[in-house]
Amino acid sequence: MTTAHDSESTASEAQPSPVISRHRLTTRLTHWGWAGALFFLFLSGLQIFNAHPVLYVGQQSGFAYDNSVLSISPVRERGGEVRGLTTVLGLSFDTTGVLGVSGPEKERAYRAFPAWLTVPSYQDLATGRVVHFFFAWILATVYAVWLVGSAINGHLRRDILPGLADIRALPAAFVAHLRFRFEHDGRYNSLQKLSYAIVLLVFFPLMIMTGLTMSPSMDAGWPWLVQLFGGRQTARTIHFVVMLLLLGFFAVHIAMVFAAGPINEMRSMITGRYSIRRSVDRGGRT
Amino acid sequence: MSAFLLSRRRFLTAAGATVSSLPLAGCDALDGLIVNDSPVRRLLASANSLTYRAQRLLVPADRLAPEFAESEIRQAQRPNGSTDPGDATYLALKQDDFAGYRLHVSGLVERPLHLTLEELRNMPSRTQITRHDCVEGWSCIAKWSGVALSRVLDEARVKPEALYVVFHCFDSMPLGLAGSVAYYESIDMVDARHPQTILAYGLNDEVLPVANGAPLRVRVERQLGYKMAKYIRAIEITADLAPFGRGGGGYWEDLGYDWYAGI
Repeated sequence: MTTAHDSESTASEAQPSPVISRHRLTTRLTHWGWAGALFFLFLSGLQIFNAHPVLYVGQQSGFAYDNSVLSISPVRERGGEVRGLTTVLGLSFDTTGVLGVSGPEKERAYRAFPAWLTVPSYQDLATGRVVHFFFAWILATVYAVWLVGSAINGHLRRDILPGLADIRALPAAFVAHLRFRFEHDGRYNSLQKLSYAIVLLVFFPLMIMTGLTMSPSMDAGWPWLVQLFGGRQTARTIHFVVMLLLLGFFAVHIAMVFAAGPINEMRSMITGRYSIRRSVDRGGRT
Repeated sequence: MSAFLLSRRRFLTAAGATVSSLPLAGCDALDGLIVNDSPVRRLLASANSLTYRAQRLLVPADRLAPEFAESEIRQAQRPNGSTDPGDATYLALKQDDFAGYRLHVSGLVERPLHLTLEELRNMPSRTQITRHDCVEGWSCIAKWSGVALSRVLDEARVKPEALYVVFHCFDSMPLGLAGSVAYYESIDMVDARHPQTILAYGLNDEVLPVANGAPLRVRVERQLGYKMAKYIRAIEITADLAPFGRGGGGYWEDLGYDWYAGI
């Protein structure tokens, strides 16, 4: 155990690290396609949210009654000071500096999400919408290409959809990840399969469908959409919540890339080539 | 064990670096690129034509927007934009309860019209309980009564080359530093002829209040609120939107909003 470094160096001296072709071109292209699209969708989405920073449940927004589940707003206190107040399911938090009230002390901005989290940085709903819908088309197109491509080349069945064996392996994989032990045989482990399946087969379609439900024209064309989600305002809330879940996935995803070796991981997603040296070492030790 | 420690240290350093660089992702770097009329802006905005064509393809022309039960009217219709126009002509008409009001219908028609409110109310009426979706993100359900726009268009006998219906309004909106301009909007003939597109004079079983667009506003139920012009003064049928305002097809469009607001 204490000689892990030594054994690693001797192993690499003794035999060259096996490099495999890990990711296909479609996987790599679509990965960067929606990574870019999601970046702009996120920042322009927060811009759009800022135009009416309240989320509701149901068909409509309660002005004469309360069906809100989240709101972010600047509130003037008795002393005259303005504080940012974020209310989630009736619980209020002081979020001054980031949510509700942000920007330099001298020139505070009264806005839900701060300038550094929106495109454009200033309040401009029109531009936020233009950016959002452009990248929504990109995301939907890239997703369609990935879905069809992965169904045809077997990526979906082989690497994404978790099988019975993957479900059984989940607890062990979970514990291994908590201990920062990662498999490096180039294949997705059960936890990876499950998280990619949830993101790609649940979150992405949910995001696109709740987005379409907010379109008054689509509600006429496909009325089952708004029925499925229980109202346009509920769909807007789900759209926001799934955004947060995708953000959470992104944080873990990036953390895992760094933990598993950022250069090797990045190389595999850009060139497709992936070194499985470490797994050979691990295999020797265990 | 040391391999684990190493990877954890590397991970924590990298994570710290990532988090601390997040504010740099802040986007004023992009601001200049996407301002109105820049080439990048025009490219991004072209997605709106794609959305327009896709939705026209997917949604049959006469497909109705969802309608609701009386019980779902839970509040007064929220007024937005202009709520009390101060323009002299409007104030004079309002003082007289709009008795002197005439809806002018002109442009690409065989027979220009000048209809009183009485004449409009005597035409076949349609009442619908629909959801109003504001571009800001909120929705509000209300009952609207009025005459189908298609009925008025038929009366005026629209010429075959017509492509758009333009609504000219009484209310002025700010434009530029100190100037103002009359609100206007436009829709295509598909939405103009849609059965739910009505010139509304009634709201929730009452006469349409001033705050919601009295004496006459249009309902375009498959688009967002800013398309549904209030305080309508005149209707003009046209094949070209360029001569109006800055050519965008509406007050908000001239300020950068998409002309097609079905999404």
